[in-house]
Amino acid sequence: MADLPAIYLRLISARIRAQLQYRLSFLLDVLGSFFLTIIDFLAIIVIFYHLPALAGWTLEEVAFLYGTSYVIFKLVDMLIGHLDGLGDQVQAGQFDMIMVRPLGALFQVVTLDFGMRQLGAVLQGLIIFGLALWRVDIDWNTGRVLLLAQMPFSGALIFASVWVAGHTIIFWITRGREAINAFTYGGNMFTTYPIQIYGAWLRRLLAFIIPLAFVNYLPALYILDKPNPLGVPDALRFASPLVAVIAAIVAWRLWNFGVRHYRSTGS
Amino acid sequence: MAIITVQDLEKTFAVSRRREGARGLIGRLARETVQVRAVDGISFAVKRGEMVGYIGPNGAGKSTTIKMLTGILVPSGGTVQVMDLDPSRRRIDVARRIGVVFGQRSQLWWDLPLADSFALLRHIYRIPEQRYRANVAQFTELLDLGGFLQTPVRQLSLGQRMRGELTAALLHDPEILYLDEPTIGLDVVAKARIREFLAQLNVDRGVTVLLTTHDMGDIERLCSRMLVIDHGRVIYDGDVQAIKERYGGERTLIVDLEEPGPPIDVPGARVVKVDGPRQWLRFHRTDATAASLVAAVAARARLLDLTIEEPAIEDIVRRIYEGEAAWEASTA
Repeated sequence: MADLPAIYLRLISARIRAQLQYRLSFLLDVLGSFFLTIIDFLAIIVIFYHLPALAGWTLEEVAFLYGTSYVIFKLVDMLIGHLDGLGDQVQAGQFDMIMVRPLGALFQVVTLDFGMRQLGAVLQGLIIFGLALWRVDIDWNTGRVLLLAQMPFSGALIFASVWVAGHTIIFWITRGREAINAFTYGGNMFTTYPIQIYGAWLRRLLAFIIPLAFVNYLPALYILDKPNPLGVPDALRFASPLVAVIAAIVAWRLWNFGVRHYRSTGS
Repeated sequence: MAIITVQDLEKTFAVSRRREGARGLIGRLARETVQVRAVDGISFAVKRGEMVGYIGPNGAGKSTTIKMLTGILVPSGGTVQVMDLDPSRRRIDVARRIGVVFGQRSQLWWDLPLADSFALLRHIYRIPEQRYRANVAQFTELLDLGGFLQTPVRQLSLGQRMRGELTAALLHDPEILYLDEPTIGLDVVAKARIREFLAQLNVDRGVTVLLTTHDMGDIERLCSRMLVIDHGRVIYDGDVQAIKERYGGERTLIVDLEEPGPPIDVPGARVVKVDGPRQWLRFHRTDATAASLVAAVAARARLLDLTIEEPAIEDIVRRIYEGEAAWEASTA
């Protein structure tokens, strides 16, 4: 198993080489992903054109959420977003070929492609995040630096867990893709706003049952020194790494459960 | 020494479908779940080095069995032992030691040259460098891949791709090779070449081969033993020669004559169908050869064209049923 990272790089670089065969199309994809996602931020600017603050958050503070959400989510999308092709692979029987190779099924699905075009969206997120850091007044201390430094890791693990856990339903409902998108791409949108603006039931589901609040909102409460309006214990602001590991374990178990229920297609 | 042991194997699929004769909105939306037994209590064993043909009509449960042997599907009942491992529990350990060619699926990277697919497989299977080089060199020669190793897989012809698939399945020196319709859609020359290669592989390397096919030619050329399944059960397990003589010995010569005429009377064959100038003559291989028949027909009428039809798997399966029914009736 020690050589898995090396095998990963081999497989991914083969995908990248294939994509770079069409340079112009690749460049257009990256540009497209940059401009398409920046429209989402323009929507936030429009809101602040009418309001001075959103649930007590300034534009700069919302930009902090937006930037972290986009950078983390789009990196995960780049690495494993092609999981949303799983339904097609199951339907076309390509998943059978995955099952007869001496590597984990998830590892193979994830190495089937590489979403390099997401670089555009990641870059866009980084720019917004940079602007937010520059404009927001943060009272830096060791805790805040550490909390910010762990965000990409636990955030990515949480988003990836949502992706993997969600896609296990493909093993039962081959055409479940759109329903899953509501939680993956929907999760990205959800985490770009301060979550107290959402209704109670949506917040309970997406923020805590699916632990999206731990991606950026709860750590941001501490980093930006915001009040905790949801009435959850203050300690949860620091719980992201633990929650991320638990999410990953749950997702991994669900995935393996799903693979054992894989039915394959005829012939 | 059995390398594959299957005992009372079962696979049941839950299929949901609309209720028959349902009325009203609720009735139409309500679905009932039906349990379909794709594999219904199969037992057999394959010895190391054997080449076994696994045949049956569409939907008989062939592919489902292969998928349980390879660890793709988890059995609903019974046991599978492949190289003393349970494939669904030890999928990865089994995968390292088997090769799989599914005629309808590809294991190659569509947009990469064939050689690049091989190189990736070397890493996936962790094949030692020397072994890999030796195998690529040998298969390139045996299957004549040299001309298209650098061609992207999507540009290969079906025959070329199939030769690539075979190589890809064999690079890691598997002990068992599962072939599902390896000659489907290939022309006569390509088929012959692949059969030749597989026979040689079995002799040289002692690879155990389990072959699923609709082509009796594949079985005749390659297998000494054949398993016939239908409705998820084994209906024949034994010698290919015996079954051929018993059920598959009859071939059909189809002749196109210049003019319509009465059924041609030639020794060793009987006319089973006449359609204008076209006639179907059925003959048993012990009674006549195709060549002698053609000569006899040509002596009696002007012959424009001809084809010889081998018995289809479906026919053989049907005859096995008829034979069993007759046998049961005679012993009852």
